Amino acid sequence: MFGRLTWDAIPFHEPIPLITSAVVLLAIASLGIWITRNKWWSYLWNEYVTSTDHKKIGIMYIVMALVMLVRGFADAIMMRAQQSLAIGASQGYLPPEHYNQIFSAHGTIMIFFVAMPFIIGFMNFVVPLQLGVRDVAFPTLNNVSFWLNASGALLINLSLFIGEFARTGWLGFPPLSEKAFSPGVGVDYYLVALQISGVGTVLTGVNFVTTILKIRAPGMSYLRMPVFCWTALASNLLIIAAFPVLTVVLAELMLDRYLGFHFFTNDGGGNSMLYMNLIWVWGHPEVYILVLPAFGIYSEVASTFSGKPLFGYRSMVFATLAICLISFMVWLHHFFTMGAGGDINAVFGIASMIIGIPTGVKIYNWLFTMYGGRVRFTVPVHYLIGFMLTFVIGGLTGVLLAIPPVDFVVHNSLFLVAHFHQVIIGGVVFALMAGYTYWFPKAFGFTLDERIGKWIFWCWFIGFHLAFMPLYVLGFWGATRRMQHIPDPTWAPWLHVAFVGAAIIGIGIALTVVQLLYSIKTRDQRRDVTGDPWDGRTLEWLTLSPPPHYNFAVLPDVHGEEAYWVRKQTAIKQDQLIEEPDYQPIEMPLNTPTGVIVAFFAAVCGFALIWYIWWLAILGLIGAFGIFVWYAWRDEHEHIIPVEEVRANARERRRIRMEHLHNLSQST
Amino acid sequence: MKRIAIAAAVSLLTAACNRGILDPVGPVGAQEKQILINSTAIMLAIIIPTMIATVAFAWWFRRGNTKATYRPDWEYSGAIEMVVWAIPALTILLLGGITWIASHDLDPAKPLKSNVPPLKVDVVSLDWKWLFIYPDQGIATVNQLVIPAGTPVQFRLTSATVWNSFFVPQMGTMIYTMPRMTTRLNLQADRQGEYNGLSSHFSGDGFPGMQFKVQALPADQFAMWAQGARGQGVSLDGRGYADLSKPSSYVKPITYGAVAPGLFDAIVSGRAPANPVPPPQHNPPALPAGA
Repeated sequence: MFGRLTWDAIPFHEPIPLITSAVVLLAIASLGIWITRNKWWSYLWNEYVTSTDHKKIGIMYIVMALVMLVRGFADAIMMRAQQSLAIGASQGYLPPEHYNQIFSAHGTIMIFFVAMPFIIGFMNFVVPLQLGVRDVAFPTLNNVSFWLNASGALLINLSLFIGEFARTGWLGFPPLSEKAFSPGVGVDYYLVALQISGVGTVLTGVNFVTTILKIRAPGMSYLRMPVFCWTALASNLLIIAAFPVLTVVLAELMLDRYLGFHFFTNDGGGNSMLYMNLIWVWGHPEVYILVLPAFGIYSEVASTFSGKPLFGYRSMVFATLAICLISFMVWLHHFFTMGAGGDINAVFGIASMIIGIPTGVKIYNWLFTMYGGRVRFTVPVHYLIGFMLTFVIGGLTGVLLAIPPVDFVVHNSLFLVAHFHQVIIGGVVFALMAGYTYWFPKAFGFTLDERIGKWIFWCWFIGFHLAFMPLYVLGFWGATRRMQHIPDPTWAPWLHVAFVGAAIIGIGIALTVVQLLYSIKTRDQRRDVTGDPWDGRTLEWLTLSPPPHYNFAVLPDVHGEEAYWVRKQTAIKQDQLIEEPDYQPIEMPLNTPTGVIVAFFAAVCGFALIWYIWWLAILGLIGAFGIFVWYAWRDEHEHIIPVEEVRANARERRRIRMEHLHNLSQST
Repeated sequence: MKRIAIAAAVSLLTAACNRGILDPVGPVGAQEKQILINSTAIMLAIIIPTMIATVAFAWWFRRGNTKATYRPDWEYSGAIEMVVWAIPALTILLLGGITWIASHDLDPAKPLKSNVPPLKVDVVSLDWKWLFIYPDQGIATVNQLVIPAGTPVQFRLTSATVWNSFFVPQMGTMIYTMPRMTTRLNLQADRQGEYNGLSSHFSGDGFPGMQFKVQALPADQFAMWAQGARGQGVSLDGRGYADLSKPSSYVKPITYGAVAPGLFDAIVSGRAPANPVPPPQHNPPALPAGA
C-alpha cells in the first residue's frame, strides 16, 4: 500500500533531524496560526498564490530563495563545524552518512533553490518593467513555473523529515548514485525534486525568451534594451539549451534506478563517463545562467549610482553573448583528470580561458562607468565594488583551474571549493544582495535601511574572505573536498578561521532578517513616493512604487538607450511631462489556481515515486494532467481594468512625477 | 585527553614536513608548481592594477568630491574599448600558449624521460582503500605504496566499485580511477621519504579513510623490500580478494606475498573473483546485453 514508506523513515533515533523537524513544523504551524488570526489567507491566495502578475511571482521566488538560503546556510555551518572538530583523533559530531547528506543538500539547495529562484525572481520582477510592458508572454505558465520550482524545494526539504537525502554530492555521480551503491531513497529524492523543478525552469526559459524577443515597448529595439534584459535573454537561452540535457541525464539515471537500465552502471555496458559529460554539459552553462543576470544587475547599479550611462554598452552586449555561446564549449574542464589526451585537455582549457576575455572586458567597462561619474556609495555600490575586487581573484583562480596541468594538482581540492564559492558568492550572491536592495523600494514602496544594509555587506565581504581564503591554502596542501574527517592536524587553524568566516556570514544573514523587520517597522519614514528613489535610468523607475498590476497606463514610447533617463531629462528641460495620452481600458490576465494545483499533484506524484507508492504516483500524474485539461477549457481569459480607473491612477502618477521633476531640477 | 594531545603533537610534527603541492618531490609536481606560479604572476600583473583602479576610481569619483570632473554623458571611447579587449585577450593568448604546450608535456599517460627502466604498478581503488599490485614483482600492498626514488613509475589504474581519484600531492598529477576502465599515469619521486596519498574524488561513506602512504626508498632498498615481501605472508588469491573487497575504511597497510595472475585485468573486465556489492533488493532482472 505505501511502498517503501514505513515508520522507520521518520528519524526518531537521530536527534539532529528530529529536533530540526520539530522546530520547522512548529514554525510553520505558528506562521499558519498568525496568518489565520489576521485573516490573511484570502489575501495571500488572491494576491500571491494564484497571481499571474510577474511582479508578485518574482517576489514569491525571492521569498522562497531567502528561506532556502537559511536552510542552505544551516548546512554550511554544520559542515564547517564538523571540519573544525573532526581533525586527527576526533571524529566530530556528524557520522559520515549524515555529513554526506549535508554537503549534498547544501550544494543542491544553494544552486537550485537559492541562486536559481533568486535570479529568476529578479528576471520576473524586472524584465517586463524594463521592457516597458505589462506582463510576460505567458502569465499563467509563469505561475506554474514558480509552483513547480516550489514543489522541488518542498520535496528536498521533506527528505530531512521523511527518509534521507542523497549522499552523493550535488551532482549525484554514478555509479555511486546507482542503485547498487545507493539503494536508499536519498538519490530518488534528489532526482525527482530536480526533475519537477527543472520542468518549471525550462518553462521559465521559454517564457522569458518569448517575452524579450516578442514583447517590448514601442521603440525598444534590441540595442535599446537595458543590459539586465540582455543578460536575462542570454541566461534564458542557456536555460532552454541546457536544462533539457539535465532532464535527460537525470531521466537516464532514473531509468537505471527504477527499471534496471544500464546507462551508467558498471555492468550491462553502462558507462559512467557519459553521465559526467552530460551533467557538465548542463552544469557549466548553469554557472553562466546564474552569473550573467548578476552581471546585468551590476551594470544597472554601476550606471545608476555613477549617474552615467553604462560605458561601452554595445561592448557589454557583445561580451554577454560571447560568454553565452562559449559557455557551451568548455564543459570538459570539470574533468581534466579523467585521462583524456593532451589535445582534448588543451582545447577545452584554452576555450575556458577565452571566457575570461569578455568577462575581463565587463570588469573594465564597469570601471570606466564609474570614471567621470558621481559615485554614490549606497549599499548596492558597496556590493559592486566588493564584487569587482573579489571576482578578479576568482577569475584568476578560475583560469588557473583551466590550465590542465595546474588542475591536475588542485582539482576536487579545497582550492576548487574556494574558487567556485568566490565566483558564486562574490559574483552571484553579491549581485543578488545588491539587486535586493536596489529593487526593494520598487516592489514594496519603501527603501531598506541603509545602515544595516552596510553592516550586512561587511559581514558578507569579511565573512567570505575569512571562510574561503584559508581553503585556497589548504588546497595547496593537498586537502580534498567532502571530507567528513580531516586527517592532518596542521590544517586545524585554517579550518577554524574558515568556521569563523562562515559564522560572520551567518550574522549577515541574520541581519538581513533584522533589516527587513526594522525597515517594515519604520516604513513610513522611508516611503518612496516618487517611484524613482535612486534617480534611475531604466523604465521600471517611470512607474509607481509598487507598480499597479498593469505596470504602465500607456506603454511608454522609447527613444534612445536609456528610455527613462531620456524622458526624465527632456521633461526637466521643458519643465513639463509629455502630453497626456488617450487612456484605454486595459486587459489583464485573470488569477488562476492552476499552478498551485498542478504543483501539488506533481509533488504528490514525486513523493509517491520516491517511496514506490505506484497507485499514488499514477493518481498524482492524472491529477496534474487533469488540471491542465480543466484550465484549457476555461471560458474567461482576461479581465478588463476600466478606463476610469486607469485614467485616475495615471493622473495621480503624473502629478507626483511633476513634483518629483521639480525637485530634481532644483537639486541639479 | 592526554593521549589525544600527544597523538596530535606527534602527527603535527610529522605533518609539518608535508607541504603539499608547493613542495613537489618529483619532476611532474615540480613542473606543475612552476606553471602554477608563472600563471599566477602573469595574471597578478593585470589584476592588481585593476583592483587598485577599482578602488581609486570609485573613491576619486565619489559624489562628494568637488575636484573630480563629472562627465555625465561619457559612455564610449574607441581607444579604451580597444585596450580593454586587448589586455585580457593578450593575457589569455600568452596563457593559452603555456596551456597548449604544458597540456602535452604533462599528459598523464606520457612516459617520463629517464635512463632508468620504469617500475610498473597497477592501482585499484576499492571501497574504501587502495590496492597496489606490482605485476613484475608478483606482490601487492594495500594503502601503502612503496617505490624506488629516482625511478619513473608507470601506473595503470582502475576501480573495483565507484569512482575515486588517485592523488599524491607532492608527486603531482592526480587521475580518476573508474570501474571497467583503465587510466594511465606516470610519476616519479626523486626525493626519498614518506608522502601522503589520498582519494580526491568522493566515493561514499568510507571516503575520508582512503588515505595511504607513499614510501620512496633508494633503489637498492626497494629491491630488497620487494624481494623480502615476495612469498611472505598472505597471498592475494580469489578468496583473499573477495575478503579485501568487502567495504572497510581506515585500513592498516597490508602486504601480499603473492598475487593471482591477471587480477588487475580481471577487475577491469568485471571478471574479478568477487562481487564486492551486495545484490540489490528491488532491482528487476537486468536486460541482456544488447537488448
